[in-house]
Order: sequence, then structure tokens, then C-alpha cells
Amino acid sequence: MNNPMVDKYFRMDNLPHIWCPGCGNGIIMLALAKAIDKLGLDKDKVCVVSGIGCSSRAPGYLDFNTLHTTHGRALAFATGVKLANPELEVIVISGDGDASAIGGNHLIHAARRNIGITTIVFNNNIYGMTGGQYSPTTPSGDLGTTAPHGNIDRPFDIAMLAAAAGATYSARSTVFHGKQLEAIIEKAIAHKGFSMVEAITTCPTYYGRKNKKGSAADMLKFLKDSFIDVKVAEKLPEEKKAGKFLMGEFKNEEGVVEYTEAYDAMIERLKK
Amino acid sequence: MSKNIKLMQGNEACVEGALYAGMKFYAGYPITPSTEIAEKSAEKLPLVGGKFIQMEDEIAGIATAIGGSLAGKKSMTATSGPGFSLKQENIGYAMIAEIPLVVINVQRGGPSTGLPTAPAQGEIMQAKWGTHGDHPVIALSPDSVRETFDLTVRAFNLAEKYRTPVMLLTDEIVGHMREKIEIPAPGELEVFDRLGPVDGEDYSPYGLRQGECVPRMAAFGEGHRYHVTGLFHDETGFPSNSTENAGIMLDRMMNKIENNLDDIIQYEEYMLEDAEVCIISYGSSARATKGAIDMLRAEGIKAGMFRAITIWPFAEKRVAELGERFDNILVAELNLGQYVYEVDRVVKGKAKVTHVGRADGEVLAPVEIAAKVKEVM
Repeated sequence: MNNPMVDKYFRMDNLPHIWCPGCGNGIIMLALAKAIDKLGLDKDKVCVVSGIGCSSRAPGYLDFNTLHTTHGRALAFATGVKLANPELEVIVISGDGDASAIGGNHLIHAARRNIGITTIVFNNNIYGMTGGQYSPTTPSGDLGTTAPHGNIDRPFDIAMLAAAAGATYSARSTVFHGKQLEAIIEKAIAHKGFSMVEAITTCPTYYGRKNKKGSAADMLKFLKDSFIDVKVAEKLPEEKKAGKFLMGEFKNEEGVVEYTEAYDAMIERLKK
Repeated sequence: MSKNIKLMQGNEACVEGALYAGMKFYAGYPITPSTEIAEKSAEKLPLVGGKFIQMEDEIAGIATAIGGSLAGKKSMTATSGPGFSLKQENIGYAMIAEIPLVVINVQRGGPSTGLPTAPAQGEIMQAKWGTHGDHPVIALSPDSVRETFDLTVRAFNLAEKYRTPVMLLTDEIVGHMREKIEIPAPGELEVFDRLGPVDGEDYSPYGLRQGECVPRMAAFGEGHRYHVTGLFHDETGFPSNSTENAGIMLDRMMNKIENNLDDIIQYEEYMLEDAEVCIISYGSSARATKGAIDMLRAEGIKAGMFRAITIWPFAEKRVAELGERFDNILVAELNLGQYVYEVDRVVKGKAKVTHVGRADGEVLAPVEIAAKVKEVM
């Protein structure tokens, strides 16, 4: 028997998905479906937009208004959909390369405008679709097919980047922490304004194999052991935080005017 | 009723035409010499309940305009040379995903940053081949302020009717010069509205209804929950790797244009009836060509002009006829030779085809064209 969320929100004719065994993307996709279900959104009024890459295939499997665009441009297309019809709940699914390399400019400007779009970045620390090249989130020193001698780039912290650029909601979770991820996505969608969810996911095929991270299960265990909630971290002594990554809610700012509402207010003002 | 007569520049007439056609969404990025189109759209759209947004770059400009169109609004973006280069990938996206969109390119001197304030007609071939892969293309080019108005309306009509991006190739001269124009009264020009799904029928986003050659388009949010992608897809809209399907789909996209050439192709023939030499031109160069024809006729040389209004698809049948009739055809354009190759291809050696043009930022003067005519005759 299928998970009832699959029957309700997935396009069964398009499954199975194209993702590799052990890939964490499906966990995020299901968390999104559950969050939408909890919020009781009308499927006809949800629009899911993506760019190019492994994660960007997700909209094809989801039974909403779905738009699979060009590499890096999902947020720009989504801005058009949202501004033209603010009634729609617009959700962008992107990857670390799609959102923060080729689409980095659109990310910071969508955040700056505080337009009511929820962006979920499936961060697997690598370009998976093209076979394992280093991305803007590949840790320094790690290997990629284009970093055969070790990556000398410094990585982005996507959740912090979005918050600094003006996103009024920014949070991070991982595919090991499914319940928290689901709760964060739910809050992000319900948030008025631009919201960022950085979802740390696993790519055993390229990132894991190249960097000797073990099996898919080993990679999930790494997420379990390495991520601590920002609220818990506040109370921990420095030595317990060494080598750990933060997850949880980094920013939740209420009361900042949302972009399409500001535009509609201008239209109303001009009528007088 | 009194006539609505205004003095305005080509770029303003473009916005007036767009609003006449029902534009409700504009997204773009400022660039000389097209900026007035963004400025006027920013001013006027919120007054009619429409939306304007200045994006962070040229690529975002067209991507956002496509998003607006998918949400059901008549949508436009405008740019110039460097921006037109940056927009090419998403022009191809709108072609394969069949999204109606108007793309204005106020041509300036290139390549690269080139001559930002000088006129050129350097993107004639880029309009056809600038985005990768084979694809259907519609491009129009006006030679006056009033025609900029009319062709912007027509660009929207063709975009909505054939579900494809339509490019309007104006240039710095037509965009910035001011002329007195009569604004058409509402209803005077045809305005075509996108055909949506039919009530009571199953909706197929990329399938054809009996007797129709363009798929019906539903707006996001109307309840049809379909998928749009830049991958080759089948009638359902979902990606397909089948080469057989790709062939069928590409044929359908090409045929929606190829089978409707009479509806899409427009041209003007000026003093061509008794002419002994034919000059082919378009856009601002056609104005210089008219001047050259007057000069030549004053000297007893019977010159005439074929002016392409629809640049793509090319008026192949008519130009081939002109090739049969004339010994000499000149192509006058503000570049070092672009449309001339298309003319030459179609004329197939039946007439001698000569190019007259320049790409240094100066306008093509009537005297230059007239001198070239005398040289070849």
C-alpha cells in the first residue's frame, strides 16, 4: 500500500522517479507533500517551480501547477507567476548549484524583495546530474570530478546567505531529521514573505563515493551525528559544538511587507 | 468623435500599442536605447491593474515575463543588443514550452557593448538563430512610430494566437524619433485573446483539438494542474525521451508557423510596379531607401522597394518572384550583410543581389543607397 500522501499528491503515472538508490531527495519531496497537506492548501492554487538538476525533477512528480524551467532561473520564473497571480502559493525547488551558483543573483534579489515565495534548496554539496563536479557548497578540501586535487573554493552557507540578503524566514534541516524538515517547510510556506528552507540531502553516488563517505545509511548517520539544533547549540559549551553544523530556524521576521501586497497597495493608492 | 493625435517616440508608441493589445505584465532590465519602454510600462501598468517589475538582470527579465504569461497575463519584455544575447536561452524556452510572449529588441551598434546610443540592424540573423536548436520564429520590424504601435499590437496577437514568443526588431532610430501619430480607437485594430481550455472537455496542454493547429493554453491556477518543461515533452506536457515523439512535436511546432504564412507574413511594396531595379529593406533603413528612390526617380531611374514588415518567417515566395522579374536586387540594411543572404538564397542567382549597408553607428543615407544603385545598374 502506498503512503496516503503519495496517492494524494503525486502523479503516479510519472513514478518511479529518476533519482539514484540512497538519494535523499525523495524524503524532502515527501516532507513537502506532508507540509502542504497539513496546511490544507488547494492543489489547484499551488505552483511548484524548479530549475535544472536532480532536485529540479521533483515538480514533474507532484500533482500541482508545475514548471520546470532553465538552469538557475526558477526564482525568476516563479517571481513572474507570483506577481501575476498572488493568490497562488508558489514554491521553488532548487539545488545547491542551481540556487547559489548559476541562480545566485536571483536568489539574493528574491530574498531582498521579500516576495512571497518559499524556496527549498536540496543541498547535496555536489552537481549530481552532470556527474559529480564541485558546487558552491562543496566543503573545502573535498573531491569532485572538477576538483580532482581537492576543492580550494570556500563554501556558501545558503541559509545564512538568504537571511543576509533579506529573506524574512530562513531555516535548515536534513533528510535524517524528517519530522523537523516537514515542520520547517510547513512554517516556511505559511510565512508571509520570502522563505528559505535549506534541506541537506545525501548523494551517495557522486559526493559520497568520491569522498569515501560510505553507504547511503552511513551518510544519513553522519547527518544525525553532525547536525545540532541552533537552540540546543546556544546552551552547549564550545568544545561540544566543534565540528558540528547548525540546523533549525535562523530567522523568522514577521511584519515586513510582502512584495506582491506592496504592489497591490500601490494599485489601490493610484485609484484614488 | 475627435481623433486622438499625439506626438510621441517609437518606444512610447510600443508601450501604447502593448496596452492597446491588453498587456498586463512587464518584466525587464534597463538598457539603452530601449529603457523608455520599461519606464512607460512602470508608469502605466499599475494604472490599469497590470504589473511591472524591474528585475536583477536581463535573463531574469525574460524569465519573469514568461512566468507572468503562464499565470494568464499578456506579457512583454524589452531590451537591446547585449540584453538580447542574454535572453536567447529563455526565448528558446518560450518556443519549446509554447508560451506567448512579446520580446522587443531596440537594436543598437554591436558586438558586445558596441555603440549603445547608435542605430544598427545587427540582430536580424540572431533573431532567427540566436537560441540553440531548431525552432519556430516570428519577428517583425516597424519603420515608423505609428507602425511601432501597430506591430506591437500585432506581435501580441501573433504570440497569443500561435503560442510562441514574437520578436519586434526596432532600432535606435525608430525607437527614439518622435512623430505625430493617430492612436487607433478601441476596436479599430484587431486584438486577439488567448484561447483557453473548452468547458466539459479533458484538457491536453500540448494536444490539438480537431481542426486546430495550436494547443489551447490554460493559466496556472485555473484548475488544470499541468506540467511545463523545456525538455521535449508529449501531449501531456511531461518529459519524453522518445525520438519519435520529439520529431512529431517539433514538426507540429514548425507547422503552426509554416502552414500559416499568409496570416503571418506582411510586406509593403513601394513604387515597385514600374520599377527597373528593386531595393529590399526594412525598419529604419527602409526610410532611407524611400529617400533614395525619390532621388533616383528624379534622375529618371525607376527604382522601387520591397519592404519586409514580417522579417521571419521570410517572404520567400514573393522574393523569389521578384528575383524572376528584376535583373538587379539591392538589399539595404544597417549591418555588414545579414538579410541579403536570405534574399540571395531565395533568388537562386536569377537576379544579381548586392548589399548596401554599414555597421559603424552612422545611419544609411539615401545618397549612399542611390549611389550603389547607379553603380550596379
